[in-house]
Amino acid sequence: MGIIKAKNLIYNYIKRDEEEKVEEVSEAVRDVSLDIEEGQFVAVLGHNGSGKSTLAKHMNALLLPSEGTIWIGGKDTKDDDALWEIRQTAGMVFQNPDNQIIASVVEEDVGFGPENMGVPTDEIWQRVDECLKAVGMTAYRKSSPNRLSGGQKQRVAIAGVMAMEPKCIVLDEPTAMLDPNGRKEVIRTVRELNQKKGITVILITHYMEEVIHADRIYVMDEGEIAMEGTPQEIFSRVEKLKSLRLDVPQVTELAYELRKKGLSLSPCILDIETFVAELTDIWKKRTGSSTAKAAAAGPASAE
Amino acid sequence: MAITLEHVEYKYNEGTPMETEALNDVSLEIRDGEFIGLIGHTGSGKSTLIQHLNGLMRATSGDIRYNGESIYGEGFSMKDLRSRVGLVFQYPEHQLFEIDVFTDVCFGPKNQGLSKEEIERRAKEALTLVGIDESYYKKSPFELSGGEKRRVAIAGVLAMKPEVLILDEPTAGLDPRGRDEILGQLVRLHDEQGLTVILVSHSMEDVAKYVDRIMVMDHGCLVFDDTPRAVFAHYRELEKIGLAAPQVTYIAHALKEAGFPVRTDVITVAEAEEAILCTLAMDKEREN
Amino acid sequence: MMRDITLGQYYPVESPVHKLDPRTKLFGTLVLIIALFLADNLFCYVLAAAFLFGVIAVSRVPVGHIVKGLKPIIFLLLFSVVFNLFLTSGEVLVKFWIFTITKEGLIRSGMMAVRLIFLVMGTSLLTFTTTPNQLTDGLEKSLRFLRIFRVPVHEIAMMMSIALRFIPILVEETDKIMKAQMARGADFETGGIIKKAKAMIPLLVPLFISAFRRASDLAMAMEARCYHGGDGRTKMKPLRYQTADRIAYLILLAFPAGMVALRLAA
Repeated sequence: MGIIKAKNLIYNYIKRDEEEKVEEVSEAVRDVSLDIEEGQFVAVLGHNGSGKSTLAKHMNALLLPSEGTIWIGGKDTKDDDALWEIRQTAGMVFQNPDNQIIASVVEEDVGFGPENMGVPTDEIWQRVDECLKAVGMTAYRKSSPNRLSGGQKQRVAIAGVMAMEPKCIVLDEPTAMLDPNGRKEVIRTVRELNQKKGITVILITHYMEEVIHADRIYVMDEGEIAMEGTPQEIFSRVEKLKSLRLDVPQVTELAYELRKKGLSLSPCILDIETFVAELTDIWKKRTGSSTAKAAAAGPASAE
Repeated sequence: MAITLEHVEYKYNEGTPMETEALNDVSLEIRDGEFIGLIGHTGSGKSTLIQHLNGLMRATSGDIRYNGESIYGEGFSMKDLRSRVGLVFQYPEHQLFEIDVFTDVCFGPKNQGLSKEEIERRAKEALTLVGIDESYYKKSPFELSGGEKRRVAIAGVLAMKPEVLILDEPTAGLDPRGRDEILGQLVRLHDEQGLTVILVSHSMEDVAKYVDRIMVMDHGCLVFDDTPRAVFAHYRELEKIGLAAPQVTYIAHALKEAGFPVRTDVITVAEAEEAILCTLAMDKEREN
Repeated sequence: MMRDITLGQYYPVESPVHKLDPRTKLFGTLVLIIALFLADNLFCYVLAAAFLFGVIAVSRVPVGHIVKGLKPIIFLLLFSVVFNLFLTSGEVLVKFWIFTITKEGLIRSGMMAVRLIFLVMGTSLLTFTTTPNQLTDGLEKSLRFLRIFRVPVHEIAMMMSIALRFIPILVEETDKIMKAQMARGADFETGGIIKKAKAMIPLLVPLFISAFRRASDLAMAMEARCYHGGDGRTKMKPLRYQTADRIAYLILLAFPAGMVALRLAA
């Protein structure tokens, strides 16, 4: 069993009227099963209302399944006694950077989790130092969160979760409210934590360019897992993604369109390097080596 | 005629040691019927700039003219300006407050002092323009989805029948579906209603796809003001100020460097596709 | 800009005053308040000024920065000065129309002004040198005895520190919503009191909704970080008295003692 495993998970939002009578039941998560291995970088994609955030909240026992089971580090989230252990195993970063920073000084906020866990003072300091360094925010440790940019605030939030030494971090649309530079900052930080510290990352997002390096992608739609696979497998199905109203990176879309026009490109290209290499290959084959050299010399001399 | 800015400057905390310049000698002209993209990294002064355009902020020096008339002149009605230049703030759904969708949209026209029939007519029209149908009118705005709330908020500004519509990152936080809906509606408003639209955006891909003129802000200065193609040709300079060109522009440059002779001034996927196919086709012709 | 509100904002520099235990500083503020009300002659005020400006110097917070914090009380200050100036009976100095200024009134209003200014400067120095979290920690620990009376001291302290963190955010948000409604033609300035009160609805409703949304988000974030009340909690910055605090307490006891002595001597 992996670090996070869900079996036939169902979650119903129940809307009640003023007299507490059930007015409407909507299934936010429908029969989701998944198994996430430790150390992986997993992305959950889907448009707003696809159930991805509801699923994420189950990973921290903030919501409990209506039916089915989810295990975090082998513990069933319905088990009350395991609650704090679960929340230490899977830390959670939320969308709005302002609404998850509790303290008025960066370092005190990072120490908040360990304080709640009853970690001895000396160790809290050690953890705070280490985590601020890991997210590159040591220089701001004495600052007020209100003076930081959105990306910096999210990095503080990540440090705050890291300080609890979780095995796994669930990030619920951490970049939705950030500008492009802030988004890059946060994604870079998360990838580093995954690669250097071996922390399992579950990234929930609707930005496709953030997930091309994931080990595994789940695409959610209408509360169900609509697609599942490696980035290559997912992004090779451009039509399906478009029908789910999701974007693909421009390079992938371009390659896809050219392939439709009969060019012999690989079925799924995720980065510019591969695309350029394949297209220049085609070009060289077409023009023969002599003209290719001339063409290569052409633009260089023109610039 | 439209909006002209002449050497506009704005300083925060003027005259104190904390003085910071938010706008630095900005001169520009916004002509009727344009679709403009305004880009710049966070803190570059773009939000300050748009708040000057409808008089919510007052320039510390310089002049702003609306249809030739200075908005700082005596007797100029700011209220009138605000109904002609509609401003949709970031996350506009946070300003919704009425008990139902329809009443909320009526707030703007009501403030304009119109008759009840006219108010309702405009509210209906605005809601139709953003694709919110009658079944929503009596719903509480807080029951709607994120994208719907935002469209209602935009309708709240449209109902005032502005001539110029400015939107500060109208797609922030929305998923691709919500984004496409809003941008699609903006295009329609521009094309069919002849509205002048200024779109503040962080997405170069969106800007490249929709607008016909880009203004780039950096440190309170207007650094570029040109067609998207011309602006994105400066992609190296854009990077220096924390911006970038659309990914396809980089692809085209990378292709050319690797020896594939393709046009590099492409800014959308469709253009890039055409350019690549064109290169390949030309080559075929030469062979024949 | 809105996020630069000075009142109640921590001023991040390293100084001996910053390093003092918040309980020491709370006690110090209390001592200052009492001492200021004990002061009744010039020597007392000189001593108080020496104490206050001595502490400010050691704290390395620029005096100008503290003076700026006086802005919100200018009206109160003027009011009490005018009140004391014209309504104190005694030896008449100037008289015009229905106003009389007496010698006693002059002295009294002068003292009043200095007292108020020192009071605000002293208390704002407390917040400049103590983070809201330290402050609430200090209050929590100082008032822990109230738990016997079932007062939820920890919870109150936590609420206070969260409120302090969110005040600047909400102020900024108020400004934003106000502008957004103004862009829709709202008018917050003109009209009578009823019209003005009505005009606040488009501002207050969104503000409350936002505050509630933030509160629920924050509660969830706190839970996710294992917050479960004060039991079993450790502290990153536990309160422990150091040598500096002991010295400070000596000074803090000497100061009012000196005040009393000067009062008696005069």
